[in-house]
Amino acid sequence: MSLAKLSESRLKGPLPGNPACPACPHNIGLKILGMVLGDKAVVVVPAGCTSIISGVWPTAGIDLPILHVPFASAGAVASGLKAAYQVHGEDAIVVVWSGDGGAADIGFATLSGAAIRNEDIIVIVSDNEAYMNTGVQASGTTPWKALTTTSPIKGKSEERKDIAMIMLMHKIPYVATASIGYPLDFRDKLLRASKISGFRFIHLHSPCPPGWRFEGGKTVEIAKLAVETGAWILWEYIDGNIEISRPSIKYSDKAYRKPVKEYLKHQGRYRNLSDDDIRYIEERIDENWRNIGIFMETLKSGRMT
Amino acid sequence: MRLRWSWRGSDMDRRVLIGNIAISEAVKLARVDVISAYPITPQTIIVEKLAEMVDSGELNAKYIRVDSEHSALAAVYGASSGGSRVFTATSSHGLLYMYEMLWWVSNSRLPVVMAVVTRSIGPPWNIHTDHQDALTVRDSGWIIGFAENVEEAFDMTLQAYKISEDKRVLLPSIVALDGFILSHTAEPIDIPSQEDIDRWLPPREPLPFVMKPGEGFAVGNLGPDEVTMELRWYIWRAMERAKRVINEVDYEYKDITGRSYGGLTERYRVEDADYIVMGMGSWCGDIKEAIDMLRDEGYRVGLLRIRYIRPLPIQDIIKYGSRSKAVLVIDRAVSMGYGGVLAGEVASILRGRTPVKGVVAGLGGVDMRSEDFIDIIKRFIEEYELDLDINWLNTYWIMKDGGRG
Repeated sequence: MSLAKLSESRLKGPLPGNPACPACPHNIGLKILGMVLGDKAVVVVPAGCTSIISGVWPTAGIDLPILHVPFASAGAVASGLKAAYQVHGEDAIVVVWSGDGGAADIGFATLSGAAIRNEDIIVIVSDNEAYMNTGVQASGTTPWKALTTTSPIKGKSEERKDIAMIMLMHKIPYVATASIGYPLDFRDKLLRASKISGFRFIHLHSPCPPGWRFEGGKTVEIAKLAVETGAWILWEYIDGNIEISRPSIKYSDKAYRKPVKEYLKHQGRYRNLSDDDIRYIEERIDENWRNIGIFMETLKSGRMT
Repeated sequence: MRLRWSWRGSDMDRRVLIGNIAISEAVKLARVDVISAYPITPQTIIVEKLAEMVDSGELNAKYIRVDSEHSALAAVYGASSGGSRVFTATSSHGLLYMYEMLWWVSNSRLPVVMAVVTRSIGPPWNIHTDHQDALTVRDSGWIIGFAENVEEAFDMTLQAYKISEDKRVLLPSIVALDGFILSHTAEPIDIPSQEDIDRWLPPREPLPFVMKPGEGFAVGNLGPDEVTMELRWYIWRAMERAKRVINEVDYEYKDITGRSYGGLTERYRVEDADYIVMGMGSWCGDIKEAIDMLRDEGYRVGLLRIRYIRPLPIQDIIKYGSRSKAVLVIDRAVSMGYGGVLAGEVASILRGRTPVKGVVAGLGGVDMRSEDFIDIIKRFIEEYELDLDINWLNTYWIMKDGGRG
């Protein structure tokens, strides 16, 4: 399916006029989720932006079966739901659609529990890098120095946690990063994940216009810049190996990467950065690439079991 | 030791079991589909036994070993949303850790059944019983029953499925049993046959909803404020109807086991009683013994045992409370700054009808014997007969020195 056709398709997923903010990245992600798994998915949604996007009864914002659950419960609820389907022979794919707080922070224990049991579910973390639904407070995945309402002047003082790598350490069959800026890559990953059984984890990068302080029309552009500057690396762990995904391959070579300033300058949350800060961020990006390279080699060589 | 016998043609299996094993046998007979739990003393044996039953194939169910009690209740919430019959169990801190999920389950009207093996809440660390944990969740929309003995804990568990899944109710149930006193104490128990239970407790119907793929359908989404209040009103009415259903189910259960407890309350020597004692849980056995001895001495005293604190048997409390001279409520839980939990409820119901005295005892598992209850009840009767003020606003604490000398 071409991008143009994808944008026109009226398949299951978010409905027009739902309560999402203008240019919300979650709607893009949910659309692809609905397109790929709409007929089979039952979606578990912990507290977060999607609790709102789902709509106010009696209207609906998303035409998928959605079970709303408390913040720190999604992994366990999905495990139980899948267990019920296994008992009753129901052919359904249980999907957790979570934000970064619901997965990486308050909901991490239950997510980790579901992963280590290798529950037959798909978890998608649509990561907008802060607690956006409560009004942009710093989360475990908020990047260093980003301004939020709980890091309002100096920016966040800690690094973000790499939730995809942490999930990989649970020895689950499938882990991938994705970006709403690359819908076909995300679609292909969802498709591949849906054909595997066990715990599958997709970390979806979702730039948030009000939270990151950029113009609404630029959601996809910012998402793409994150990849083009190498700040967000698209990769996939499948069959025991990590591969850099097609849109990111080029940026393995630093020479092709755009300066990270191109990505940061559009975002009001980085207006506090000094040149030294930007240099530091660039060094961290290089380090991330080095690390994933080392990790890929280690997996390939079979030195890690 | 096993002994088979019949009740009106039903096969019964007599065994000597501790409370925790009896609960797991009831869960097996209920043919649950999904079990999820996190260990905590003194509940642990229930879920160990169930794990063994599932592992050995004796019980055909899924067992989810979760990372916490919050996840345990979340997992059975998910399974119940998928149409399964489910079970979990916990105690004390585990129940408190579940607190948020308790409301999510009851407000979703899912017929989840949970055993709460009562245990004191720390600090200090203490694994022995009081009723503070189970009573902390009394406003959450769960049906809450307290068993007096092992056999009743077993019966209450089976009955909980029938009550919770009844169309008129559709609310979750807690079966509370006193830690160690019931959970770890072996008593003889007559277990009905699987065939009889299958006839009496058919598979769960897909109510109130079942999540299925392929349709746009949201559970728990935002709504107008009026809808939230309306949903609470439905729960309120279901709780009212549950009173009748609890009585019905307890009555009909007699047909398969010969056992029945009186529904919401058990009335022990209350018919001609001048003084009524009210209480819950295992120590009611000791209170009955105290009452028998006091009766021998000529005291006209009886026990109204509160089997279910939610829904509260208001009618029975009025009926038996208001025909007596005075009521004594003995609590194993306290609302700090207010009074004994049950005493406060009973006093508000009997206000203007009958004087109520509240006694708090046995917190943290402090042992209470029938002689202690004889003292407490005698003093209460003397106070009344001496025309001393019987006023529940004065809460009496029964303190023991714990062997400190």
